[in-house]
Amino acid sequence: MSIRSLVLLAALLAASATHASTPAELLVGYTAASGTPAQAARGQRFFTSRHGKDWACAECHGAVPNQEGRHASTGKAIGALAPAFNPERFTSLTKTEKWFRRNCNDVLGRECTAGEKADVLAWLISLK
Amino acid sequence: MLAAAIPLTWADDAPARTALLPAYTTECGACHVPFPSRLLTAASWQRLMDNLARHYGTDASLEAPVAREIGAWLQSHAATGRRAEEAPPQDRITRTAWFLREHDEVPAADWKRPAIGKPSNCAACHTRAAEGRFGEREIRIPR
Repeated sequence: MSIRSLVLLAALLAASATHASTPAELLVGYTAASGTPAQAARGQRFFTSRHGKDWACAECHGAVPNQEGRHASTGKAIGALAPAFNPERFTSLTKTEKWFRRNCNDVLGRECTAGEKADVLAWLISLK
Repeated sequence: MLAAAIPLTWADDAPARTALLPAYTTECGACHVPFPSRLLTAASWQRLMDNLARHYGTDASLEAPVAREIGAWLQSHAATGRRAEEAPPQDRITRTAWFLREHDEVPAADWKRPAIGKPSNCAACHTRAAEGRFGEREIRIPR
């Protein structure tokens, strides 16, 4: 990510660390950090593709995460990821960032960019 | 008065013997059952906590303060006695002598049933594993 993105994201993290957010607020933050509008269709393609490693996001969360998923290794049930089907999702920037950090490392072998996060979040929000 | 003399090892239907640290349940119970801390040695737990970014094929890394809190709790609630002497391969609970003995009645093929998958999926048969309860009466083996 660019320095500008990092600064913006850090400011957002600092501001949001102690209070709950909404998916829409987080999307605004990621979009601002990326500097380009989010595209839900691109987010869906990103979510359902492999990116050079063993898993796609969809393999644990489901191709359409409007219901429970299943951890590809442990078999544990994973609550629906789309906010309309699980009101806890994307209400904490800290938690969101933690899971992006880990899971993007698993799927892509690197951090996701703010743009990629914005695309995915835009798509997830669109699922009704 | 007699009840006080009954050893804890007979407590098949008792609640979990060690209360789980809330942070441990939250962080280490997100992807799998929060395994009882007494099932691994302090040395095994240390290795696990030092390598969370490569945790059995996945990135399970934590922010430093939470990692320290959980690590300290694991160190003080790790295996004691005979179980404290063994270091299982890859620090896997399911490869300890204790686990293999406890589950020696389970045919090898049964672990692969779709509803079970692998031995580390405690909750597939231990219906209250998420609460730290592994008593005999709370087991239901799926077909």
